[in-house]
Amino acid sequence: MSAAAIGKDLLGLEHLTPEQITLILDTAVPFKEISERAIKKVPTLRGMTIVNLFFEASTRTRISFEFAEKRLSADTVNVAASGSSVSKGETLVDTARNLEAMKIDMVVIRHQGSGAARFLADRIQSNVINAGDGTHEHPTQGLLDLLTLRERFGTLSGVRVCLCGDVLHSRVARSNLWGLQKLGAEVAVCGPRSLLPNAIDELGVRVFSRIEEAIEWAQALNILRLQLERMQAGYIPSLREYNRVFGVTRERLERAPRDIVIMHPGPMNRGVEIDSDVADGPHSVILDQVTNGVAVRMAVLYLLAGGRPELAEAAKG
Amino acid sequence: MADTTATPLVLLRGGRVLDPSTGLDEVGDVLLRDGKVEHAGGSLGEVRRDGDLTEVDCRGLVVSPGFIDVHCHLREPGREDVETIATGARAAAAGGFTAVCAMPNTDPVTDNQAAVGFIIRQAQLAGAARVYPIGAISVGQKGEALAEFGEMIGAGAVAVSDDGKPVASAQLMRTALEYARAFNIPVADHCEEPTLARGGAMNEGIVSARLGLKGIPDEAEEIMVIRDILLSRRTGGHVHLCHMSTKGSVELIRWGKERGIRVTAEVCPHHISLTEDAVEGYNTNAKMNPPLRTAEDVAALQEAVKDGTIDLVATDHAPHHYDEKEREFSDAPNGIVGLETALAVLVTHLVAPGIISYDTLVDRMSCSPARVFGLPGGTLRKGSVGDVTVFDPTAGWTVDPAQFRTKGRNSPYNGMSLTGRAMCTVVGGRIVYRHNA
Amino acid sequence: MAYWRSMSAPTILLNAAAVGRTVRRMAEEIVELFDGTEGLILVGIQRRGVQLAQRIGAVIEQTEGVSVPRGALDITLYRDDLQTVGPRPLVGKTDLPWAIDGKRLVIVDDVLHTGRTIRAALDELADFGRPARIALAVLVDRGGRELPIHADIVGKTVEVPPEGRVDVQVSDLDGVDAVLVNRGSQG
Repeated sequence: MSAAAIGKDLLGLEHLTPEQITLILDTAVPFKEISERAIKKVPTLRGMTIVNLFFEASTRTRISFEFAEKRLSADTVNVAASGSSVSKGETLVDTARNLEAMKIDMVVIRHQGSGAARFLADRIQSNVINAGDGTHEHPTQGLLDLLTLRERFGTLSGVRVCLCGDVLHSRVARSNLWGLQKLGAEVAVCGPRSLLPNAIDELGVRVFSRIEEAIEWAQALNILRLQLERMQAGYIPSLREYNRVFGVTRERLERAPRDIVIMHPGPMNRGVEIDSDVADGPHSVILDQVTNGVAVRMAVLYLLAGGRPELAEAAKG
Repeated sequence: MADTTATPLVLLRGGRVLDPSTGLDEVGDVLLRDGKVEHAGGSLGEVRRDGDLTEVDCRGLVVSPGFIDVHCHLREPGREDVETIATGARAAAAGGFTAVCAMPNTDPVTDNQAAVGFIIRQAQLAGAARVYPIGAISVGQKGEALAEFGEMIGAGAVAVSDDGKPVASAQLMRTALEYARAFNIPVADHCEEPTLARGGAMNEGIVSARLGLKGIPDEAEEIMVIRDILLSRRTGGHVHLCHMSTKGSVELIRWGKERGIRVTAEVCPHHISLTEDAVEGYNTNAKMNPPLRTAEDVAALQEAVKDGTIDLVATDHAPHHYDEKEREFSDAPNGIVGLETALAVLVTHLVAPGIISYDTLVDRMSCSPARVFGLPGGTLRKGSVGDVTVFDPTAGWTVDPAQFRTKGRNSPYNGMSLTGRAMCTVVGGRIVYRHNA
Repeated sequence: MAYWRSMSAPTILLNAAAVGRTVRRMAEEIVELFDGTEGLILVGIQRRGVQLAQRIGAVIEQTEGVSVPRGALDITLYRDDLQTVGPRPLVGKTDLPWAIDGKRLVIVDDVLHTGRTIRAALDELADFGRPARIALAVLVDRGGRELPIHADIVGKTVEVPPEGRVDVQVSDLDGVDAVLVNRGSQG
């Protein structure tokens, strides 16, 4: 009863197999129960040191990782860009090598540059978990979204999921896209064309220009956060207009032919991409996503940590 | 060069002498005396040794007019840690180039006659490939006031360009083309519409969408290509379009040439051999501007080299310090070294698959650059300057940047097996490079 | 697997009827040990311990006319060899829906060998609360202890060398009840 390896690092979902993704989701299920216990802690990663290396401000992802690490009894250190030599011009590779020289076991990295997690993983021995790199991937968010959908629908095969909003700049969208496609879901995107990649038609997804069409089609909407700086950069004219044309509102959902599961990776801009009564409504699974986030991250930590194959033979004897 | 008076005799014996400028293609000898071509063609038999005769056995090799690279970055003055004129000129010679043109985006910018004179002096001291300075179009490459073309040409500059930066102002480009007519020099433009390209790190397309990198669309280049062609039509000035990268640009250049507009264009070896797929894994040695495009673009550019729509091949040699490329993709600088791989890339990717002949290769790397930029060389005609390249068209080798003469190590061809190698480079009748010698 | 090829054919230690008799006897002994069923919880260890706990519980319910709570414990996350075990073992479900403080627990497992599984189970149970007593019931004690742990109730004792195997089969998972012993290459 041993699990197939998922590799040294978790950098994205694009290069994982469906079996590896399913393994992570299956492993996350028993981890959910640990967070329900009075003592929410198991000794699994005792003695292991994990650095949460955050070059970009993040509250929820960092806290979620930290809970996951602590519930597995790992020792954790948080390094924020503003509090380290990173802000003094030290390069990413120097920062990483310095951390590794202190004998750490794993790095969870959030960075504004696409490919930064891969860059780090190629250069250090420790396991690397991508907690969001630029506009590339955010694999643990993708996994927790998959787990949440699988809980709702029992399977992902054939489930119609639409990613709504700023797909162009969204690492959440990319991780969702790969994960959903690999597990057999039907994927669509919906948003203003100025916020969709030009090559979106080559990614094997359905494209809706109108949110009403997406709602007509979908069984679940994953509503992406609209970064407010997109308006300043001129991608959309105003937040008010965005809400009126592309916002997911109760009125629009009421016209849907079925109940639609509502997801959002957070933090939400209420009244922009999602209305409050949708976010807080009966079909919202937004808080389930948060709960599942801890379980999925525990599963990833568990699967990546330890398990040194060179010692496996000796352990059998 | 100044020190050619006492040049001994050089006899290149028994090679395939290939000179598209005279239609010469036969096995024979090339004799250089007093820095000039005395003979190119049939076998000479015994040569009178009235001086120090150096004889080079060229059997199995191609002997051609010296290659000329009209586009490279030698970094001096300002970034001598990355490249100097001397190391650049030696790298050029090792790549089979007898002359290179140095772009003006140094620190300070080559935008006056003193700066031009500095480059020429440094190049003479190096005693390797010739180095021709290209002056800036605008003072400080700021895109505002015209630089002093006349004085820079007088000091030895051969063209003007704000390369590295596009000439954003159409009015400035128009004025430059008009003003350059007095000196009969090309105005070389880096075609990039800055608002479309801003923040871009690679070609815009499926790969950029997957990797989450901001893309640079084809149109960022093509809008400036057609602008420059139209301004050339308006002014009669000679516009030279640097490092073309898209199929659309080829079509626009063809359109311009069909109408007799004075447009010439270059392509880099990497744009006719690599695609955006090389960026996969965030390889910063595949990051350059313009970016690597698609297979369709590569095919169109190869065809354009063949039919002459693209006049010549230039390297855009751009060395960077190791640390500068060893970082996150979007923060890494653009550019790759190219002087020591250009010939092999062309042989491997264009000649070997039968897209072009060696005749065309020599034209695009030697005759055509000389013609377009009005430079000496590019021919083995009797009495012309004694710049000759001898290369082995069949030598296979594996690219190892540690072996490069350039200080730069940033090559996307690292570890690749290529065919074709410069064996002997002769500048002004003097051997400046011999492989394994 | 090469490991299997090197071994001689397994012999049957208990057949289906014998497993049934043993389970009934173990159920009786548990009630005897605790002098009744007051506060009794059976905790099966994933995976075959869970099935055995079900069977034992059903027997006690039938004979004593009470309902006996049963739980499941997955000790994977408490193993002491996770750093060296190679590819990660799959994590099973832990299901202890009752407060265990002050209760009398019986850990049920299929085979007792080194004792490390039971050590992990005791650690895990300590994180759930403070039972009044914990006892251990195993279907087979094969010897070879590496920790000071013993079973209170044993279905069958058999000495098997370290290179040998004991495999418990239960009908819910394996289609048949049986205990197979393979003593290793030299028997």
